[in-house]
Amino acid sequence: MGAAVIELENVAYSYGGGELLSDISLKLSPGSFHFLTGPSGAGKTTFMKLCYGALLPTAGHVRLFDRDVRLMDRDEIALNRRRIGVVHQDCQFLDHLPLRENIALPLTVSGRHNIDELANLKELMAWVGLKSRAEALPPELSGGERQRAALARAVIMSPDVVLADEPTGNIDWEMSQRLLQLLVELNRMGKTIMVATHDLNLIRAAKGQVPARVLRIANRRVQLAGADL
Amino acid sequence: MSIATRFTTLFVGDAQADRVVPPSGFTANLTTFSAAAMAFLAVFALALSLAAGRLADRWSNDLARSSTLRISAPADQMETQVAAALRVLETTPGVATAKALSEEEQRALLEPFFGPDLPLDTLPIPQLIEIDETAQGYDAAGLRLRLAAEVPGAVLDDHTRWRKPLVRAASRLRLLGWTSFLLIGGAMAAMITLAAQAALSANKQVISVLRLVGAQDSYIAGAFVRRFTLRGFTGAAAGMVAGLIAVTLLPSAQQEGGFLTGLGFQGADWFWPLLIPVIGAAVAFAATRAAATRKLKELP
Ligand SMILES: Nc1ncnc2c1ncn2[C@@H]1O[C@H](COP(=O)(O)OP(=O)(O)O)[C@@H](O)[C@H]1O
Ligand SMILES: [Mg+2]
Repeated sequence: MGAAVIELENVAYSYGGGELLSDISLKLSPGSFHFLTGPSGAGKTTFMKLCYGALLPTAGHVRLFDRDVRLMDRDEIALNRRRIGVVHQDCQFLDHLPLRENIALPLTVSGRHNIDELANLKELMAWVGLKSRAEALPPELSGGERQRAALARAVIMSPDVVLADEPTGNIDWEMSQRLLQLLVELNRMGKTIMVATHDLNLIRAAKGQVPARVLRIANRRVQLAGADL
Repeated sequence: MSIATRFTTLFVGDAQADRVVPPSGFTANLTTFSAAAMAFLAVFALALSLAAGRLADRWSNDLARSSTLRISAPADQMETQVAAALRVLETTPGVATAKALSEEEQRALLEPFFGPDLPLDTLPIPQLIEIDETAQGYDAAGLRLRLAAEVPGAVLDDHTRWRKPLVRAASRLRLLGWTSFLLIGGAMAAMITLAAQAALSANKQVISVLRLVGAQDSYIAGAFVRRFTLRGFTGAAAGMVAGLIAVTLLPSAQQEGGFLTGLGFQGADWFWPLLIPVIGAAVAFAATRAAATRKLKELP
């Protein structure tokens, strides 16, 4: 087949404390929308990291765009990061640079810091509702603003995939609805989306808008969740 | 990426790339200061090496070309022995000129030691014959044998006896100067490595953000390398200028001062200290690059 953007085959991940994830096989096909859920500490963040090459599986294979991460050197993993936008669980920024430059960071590091791209940046900042905050430093931002900024940064390279780890972690309901809206819009534009969250209300809210599959991590395995959601 | 592009991105860089690592005022100044201090010392090490080198060359060239024949004989035999010695020297290959010193010349030689009132005519002073060699030089051992046979009172002083230790001392001094120069370079490399490692550790968070957005190691390393190379260069340049000023202010070379006053740079030597900032930059570049490569491999 080979059509999956991200593919896990019998993946296990263990660390000193034991096996956290075992025997996971999964394909994310292009344009799909997945939620990843499970209690805190179940391994959602670890799973996400396996999906963008930040961690290597201790068994099995992870393939990004049909290529085994184990065969990639660090440079190639870095290049893959440009096709996989990541919203990190704790939204790290460069605190000494204004928001505008933080959002443009993927362009900067890939040498695409030109006028055309910067026009996109303005549009993008308006899209996430941060146009007026362009010059603010990250520590001055609210939780919701940080989450939206992280999403803008994740999509500025027009990646094929967006992975968002608890994007609504500590923001209010209204703001998380707005963020979900942005993710749904991205999915409609053809992007493959995976959102890790323990917030079942968010998943329910999404169900009416997008044909999302819900994956649940339980007992170290990833299962397709039933219709009870 | 080709070597050429790497090179341009390294030195021209894009201004944006340098901003991704937060500025670090105080430690940056320390690095620049240390580089300046090292460069200042390097100027002196260089001056010492070059001056010692000049001295060694001069001693081995000038003195190698002249030697002295000393004839001690009873007053009545003196003239015949001097004549015999001059005859021997005339037929010795490698001897360009041989000339017996006049009484005035001998007096002038001895005056610094015994004062002007030396009664030369009443003292049994040996007669000196000054020998200038050709470029090929003569065979001292062979000449000694012939003199022993024909001029019993002659002693050949070919200056090697006292020249050799001087030349050796000067060469050692030159070696010492170059060793100091290398040690200064090594100390600078060590200092920059420590500073770069500290900077990399202090910026772990920055590095992880850069990784998250797809920065390659060469990009991240480049941001640090450029910064430290620039500090190494500016520091070394300032130190070099200060060092050159200090060397210029040393008393100028005089005959009586001998070695100590000849410590400055002469002629083309002025070119060498200009290399110090370049070397400083190169050392900073290599040290930071090595530190960054190592650190980036360590960091997850
Ligand atoms: N390399 C590791 N070393 C120590 N603990 C780890 C490591 N990787 C994961 N863990 C632990 O595994 C658990 C799962 O972590 P995580 O993936 O963040 O779960 P979640 O995102 O679902 O809360 C946590 O308890 C974490 O401390
Ligand atoms: Mg998590």
